[in-house]
Amino acid sequence: MKKSVRFYSGAELVAKAAIDAGCRFFGGYPITPSSEIAEYMSVHMPRVGGTYIQMEDEIGAMGSIIGASLTGVKSLTATSGPGFSLKQENIGYAYMAEVPCVVCNVMRGGPSTGLPTALAQADIMQAKWGTHGDHPVIALTPAYLEEIYELTIKAFNFAETYRMPIMLLLDEVIAHLSAAIELPDKELLVIKNRRRPTVPPEKYFPYDTAYGDVPPMANFFEGYRYHVTGLSHDKTGFPTTDPDLVQADQERHLRKVKAHINEIIDYEYYMMKDAEIIIFAYGSTARAARVAVDNARKLGIRVGMMRFRVIWPLPEAEILKLCSKAKAIIVPEMNMGQLSDVIERYAADRTKIMRINHVGGVPIHPTDVLNVIKEAL
Amino acid sequence: MAFEYEKYLRMDKIPHLWCPGCGIGVVLKAMLRSVENVGWEKNDIAFVSGIGCTSRAPGYIDCNTLHTTHGRALSFATGIKLAQPAKHVVIFSGDGDATAIGGNHFIHACRRNIDMTLVVVNNNTYGMTGGQHSPTTPIGYKASTTVYGNIDPTFDICLLAKAAGASYVARATVNKGKMLEKYITKGFEHKGFSVIVATANCHTQFGRKNKMSDPISVRKWIESREIPIEKARTMKAAELNDKIITGEFITHEEETTWWENYNHPIHEYTEAYQTIRDKAQERK
Ligand SMILES: Cc1ncc(C[n+]2csc(CCOP(=O)(O)OP(=O)(O)O)c2C)c(N)n1
Ligand code: SF4
Ligand SMILES: [Mg+2]
Repeated sequence: MKKSVRFYSGAELVAKAAIDAGCRFFGGYPITPSSEIAEYMSVHMPRVGGTYIQMEDEIGAMGSIIGASLTGVKSLTATSGPGFSLKQENIGYAYMAEVPCVVCNVMRGGPSTGLPTALAQADIMQAKWGTHGDHPVIALTPAYLEEIYELTIKAFNFAETYRMPIMLLLDEVIAHLSAAIELPDKELLVIKNRRRPTVPPEKYFPYDTAYGDVPPMANFFEGYRYHVTGLSHDKTGFPTTDPDLVQADQERHLRKVKAHINEIIDYEYYMMKDAEIIIFAYGSTARAARVAVDNARKLGIRVGMMRFRVIWPLPEAEILKLCSKAKAIIVPEMNMGQLSDVIERYAADRTKIMRINHVGGVPIHPTDVLNVIKEAL
Repeated sequence: MAFEYEKYLRMDKIPHLWCPGCGIGVVLKAMLRSVENVGWEKNDIAFVSGIGCTSRAPGYIDCNTLHTTHGRALSFATGIKLAQPAKHVVIFSGDGDATAIGGNHFIHACRRNIDMTLVVVNNNTYGMTGGQHSPTTPIGYKASTTVYGNIDPTFDICLLAKAAGASYVARATVNKGKMLEKYITKGFEHKGFSVIVATANCHTQFGRKNKMSDPISVRKWIESREIPIEKARTMKAAELNDKIITGEFITHEEETTWWENYNHPIHEYTEAYQTIRDKAQERK
C-alpha cells in the first residue's frame, strides 16, 4: 500500500480527517484563525458529493449542521472564540436532542474580539460550560499534526457513539503549522456510525433507554416519523415537565460519558517513571513543555509530563494518584489558569501547584517552563 | 367528504396547548390540506419550527418534526434541505421568531432562494411569553411591554421577504382559510423559497390588551384592515397605513415590471449547489 506523505497544515488535516471519517456536511462562518478549515471544505466537500455552506452567522452554522446530522449526514462546523460563543445555544440543543456533530474551535485570545491572530488556549472552560444547563462533555486537544488527523476522526467516532456534539479544540499554532506528514492507511481506520434502530417505526422511540444510555437513532425521512425538541422530553421525544423523568434523563445524559470514561480519557506520559516534578499540559503548550523536560533531564532533574489528548473528561483517578506523590505540579497554559484551577482541586494540600499563564499571544517558550521546573526543586 | 385531519395528526398528542379560538389552528389546517393537495408522502416531509405558540405546531403533525431554538428554525431547515434536496422542508414560525430574533436567518434564507416553504403566523405579538410587543405590533397598540402605546415601527413581512429575494410571497388572514390554503399549496408547488404570511388572532395576549379579548373581535379587527393587493395598487401610500394587504406579492409566474424582478434570484439553491459539485468533480 502506497503511503501518502505530503505537506499538510493543521487546518487542512481537520478537513481531511473529517472527510475520511465520513463527514459530508460543513456549515461555517469565516473567522480567524479557523477560516482555512472552511476554505478546504469549500473545495473538498463538493468533490466527495457532500455539501459546504457559508451561513449568515455562527448561530446559523451550528443550526445547519444539526439539521444535516438529523438526516444521517455526519457534520462539522469550525470557528474561533467569538464564533464559539455564538454557537453555544445551539450546541446545548445538540446535547439536549442528542444529535451527533463535531464543533472545531481554533482558540484565539479573548474575551470579545481579543487577539484574532494570536494563539491562546482561552476556551478550555467554555468548551465545558459554554452553554446553559448541565450536560456531558467530550473535548479533544491535539498537539501534533498527525494527532489532529487522528483525533478529528476520534471526535466523529465519539459523536456517533454517544450521540452528542464533540468539541475539537485546536490553537492557532497547530492549526497554521505545516509539515510533511504520513497519514495512516485509510483501510485501517476505525470509523464508527450511530446505532440504528432494529425495530419497525411503530415500535420506535427516539429516546428509548431500553437499549442502554445511548438510544438508537433513526434518521429523518427513513419512515421513523418522530419529534425532536430542545425542551425536556420523554422517550417519545415530546415535551415533559415530570420531575422524575427530567431528573432521570439528565442523569442518563451525564452517564453517557461517566460510565464510559475509560474508553474516552486519552493521555500520554512522558518521562514519568521516576518523575518527582510533574507537568500537566495539552495542545501546543505541551510541545514547549516536552522540550523543557528534555532540557531539565540533561541537568539531572527528575521531571515528567502528563499530556491530555482528551481534556474533558480528565483522567481523575490518575491525576489524583500523581498529585499524591509529586513534589510539585506545573501547569503551563495560554490562559489565566483554566486547567490549573481544576488541577488544584486534586492537588489540594497534597502537593504544591505552580502555574504558567501566558495570555499575550506569544507562545510559552521551553525556557519559561524550565525556569519554573528549577524553581520547583 | 370531510377532510381527514387525523391522517396527518398525532392524535395521541391532542389536546393541543393553544387557547380555544387561537388563529394558529386555522393555519395548521390550511397547511395539512395543502399537503394533501400536493400529494406529498408523510415520510418525505420535515416540519421545522422555532420557539413560540406557533412553533408548537410541528409536534402535532405526523411527519419528521423538529422544534428548534428561538429564531433559528430556518438554519436547521437549511441543513436538512441541503443534505436531502429531494425531500420537502416546511418551516412554521411566529412573527417574533421569524423577524425579530430570527431576522438574519429570514433574510438570508430568502436570498438563497432555497426550495423550502416558510409559513409565518403573524399575531402581532409574542404570544407564548405573555404578549410583549413584536416587530409587527402596530404603532399605538398595547403590549405587556408597551403599556403607554407602541412606538416601534413595524415590518411588512411580505415586502421584507420579497426585497430579500424570496421567489413566492403571499399573505392571507385566518378569516379566509381557503385563500390561505391556496397560497400555501402554491408555496409548496413553487420551486424556490416561498413565504406565506398568515395574519392571525392572538386574542389572549394581543387582543386582551387592546380591548378585543375574544377571537371574534380580533378577527373582525383584522377584517376591517384587510385590503386586497389589487385594490392596494390603486391606493395612495398614506391610505395604506395600518392596512393588511393580502394576496400574492410575487409569484414568478407572469411577466413582472422591472423593479419587481430587480435583483431577484436566478436559480434555486440546491440545484445551483449541484452544479458546484459537478464542477468540483470534473476538476478532481
Ligand atoms: C433565545 C431566546 N430568547 C427568548 C426566548 C423566549 N421566547 C419564547 S417564545 C418568544 C416569542 C414568541 O413570539 P412569536 O415568535 O411571535 O410566536 P407566538 O408565540 O406569538 O406564536 C420568546 C421571546 C427564548 N425561548 N429563547
Ligand atoms: S397565547 Fe395567543 S398565540 Fe398563544 S395559543 Fe393563546 S391565543 Fe394563540
Ligand atoms: Mg407572534
